Amino acid sequence: MELYRLGIREAIELISKKEISPLELLESVFQRIDSVEERIKAYVTIERESAFNRARGLENKPMEGKLHGIPVAVKDNICTRGVRTTCSSRILENFIPPYESTVTSRLTVQGYILAGKTNLDEFAMGSSTENSAFFITRNPWDTERVPGGSSGGSAAAVAADECIAALGSDTGGSIRQPAAFCGIVGLKPTYGRVSRYGLVAFASSLDQIGPLTKCVEDAAILLNIIGGHDHHDSTSVAMSVPDFTSALGMDIKGLKIGIPREYFIEGVDKEVENGVRDAIKRLESLGAVPLEISLPHTEYAVATYYILATSEASSNLARYDGVKYGLRMDGENLIEMYMNTRHHGFGAEVKRRIILGTYALSSGYYEAYYRKAQQVRTLIRQDFENAFKEVDVIITPTTPTPAFRIGEKTRDPLQMYLSDIFTIPVNLAGVPAISIPCGFSGEGLPIGLQIIGRHFDEENILKVAYAYEQDTEWHKRRPVL
Amino acid sequence: MMEIEYIALLARLRLTEEEKELFSRQLGSIIDYINKLNRLDTSDVEPTSHVLPIKNVFREDRQGVSSERDEILRNAPSKKGGFYKVPKIIE
Repeated sequence: MELYRLGIREAIELISKKEISPLELLESVFQRIDSVEERIKAYVTIERESAFNRARGLENKPMEGKLHGIPVAVKDNICTRGVRTTCSSRILENFIPPYESTVTSRLTVQGYILAGKTNLDEFAMGSSTENSAFFITRNPWDTERVPGGSSGGSAAAVAADECIAALGSDTGGSIRQPAAFCGIVGLKPTYGRVSRYGLVAFASSLDQIGPLTKCVEDAAILLNIIGGHDHHDSTSVAMSVPDFTSALGMDIKGLKIGIPREYFIEGVDKEVENGVRDAIKRLESLGAVPLEISLPHTEYAVATYYILATSEASSNLARYDGVKYGLRMDGENLIEMYMNTRHHGFGAEVKRRIILGTYALSSGYYEAYYRKAQQVRTLIRQDFENAFKEVDVIITPTTPTPAFRIGEKTRDPLQMYLSDIFTIPVNLAGVPAISIPCGFSGEGLPIGLQIIGRHFDEENILKVAYAYEQDTEWHKRRPVL
Repeated sequence: MMEIEYIALLARLRLTEEEKELFSRQLGSIIDYINKLNRLDTSDVEPTSHVLPIKNVFREDRQGVSSERDEILRNAPSKKGGFYKVPKIIE
């Protein structure tokens, strides 16, 4: 088998036994990048030189870290010191962070190698990676289709074996939806589990960094490393981080899985529904107990999200003013400079969301929109709290359909927003969720299964995900490239 | 429909005529959709600004390590003498 196909656990095993070296692994990954990247376009920046230097530095060194010589791709909204971080936006096209994000600092301590920075919808606003200011990333299973978004570059890089694993960020589904579209594993941790320090802010009460990987165990390995309190992020929670890999392989007999009726509705693709229903049967055969439940406010989640996320974004993106960093376009006076800079620096979707958020927060509308949405957020959160009194995890489709075609939804923003209908409620409630492959459509497109857990109970969702994965073969399939 | 020019000014965004027309139409349909929240009676519901019961975090007011000025200024689009340079703001 080619080395680039490996996941973290397999690669580390071979490196620790000295059967392969970090340099051999890196060479294989870069050979793969050279042969497929032109068709996939997953990376904004490829860190070939620094990666090889680092691999040579690790060569023949005793193995100290848990990621000794593992090439990882990082979404280009996560700051890497000295390495350009663009958010796939013109306004940050030449931004070189003077500091390192906490997550990549923690990977560095464990000996990882940064393979490159991956493409995204500009500032993580989108569901298809078509909103990148630079280029469109393609789905490795069908290059006429989107990889999902906003972490589409990271998902495509993992699915196309252009890295061993990747990091993404998830505000309304931006890890799980592309993971589902690309047939890989994507985990959004509990809000507060992982430090957001160095993640370029989109909607601060919803954003969370997480892993995109080739298997469930690799997601657990990465969460072990990136999880935990960080004094640089006061919303990261001072709770001990368990060893998530120890939950894997545990019995799921008697575990109660909730099936929310609001997620099996008209508009859900038949093949997706069948894939998820089959997965539920499979879990039942492993001893889990399915129970029908209700999350009654589900249909209000997208509307709530698009008020809260755009309001927070309009505030967070006020910093791009052409003064301290990024693009500047001149103007007659200061206000004109701001307006010209932002006019040229932001793409259409970012402008739309800034305007919507500014409107929702503006005098006279605040109560009707922003406060109302915060109240509905409470109802959505309570839906999950009530459900988790009855069940241990909740199972749903990750997305209503498999990957859609490039250009299919770009003209109608609302249709694009609705593609996140099953992932958004999770962010509003702040609970953790994972997407894993659970089948393929007749056209050969991956289908994603979403497993949602209680606050800070990533262990149970990883346990269920692993039990299902080990009982099936879906995760072993790879796109033909 | 929202006063797009006024909102764009608040947001410090210059929009072209085409953008004004396009965004007005698109945001109009998004706001129609968002208005479905009005079907819910939330008069007795507390708003959620944050999902975790977290409080302010305090620390000792001690001098620590900070970034180098020149390194920070490296990203500045215009600078002079160790400062950011901006258009004249006092008439």
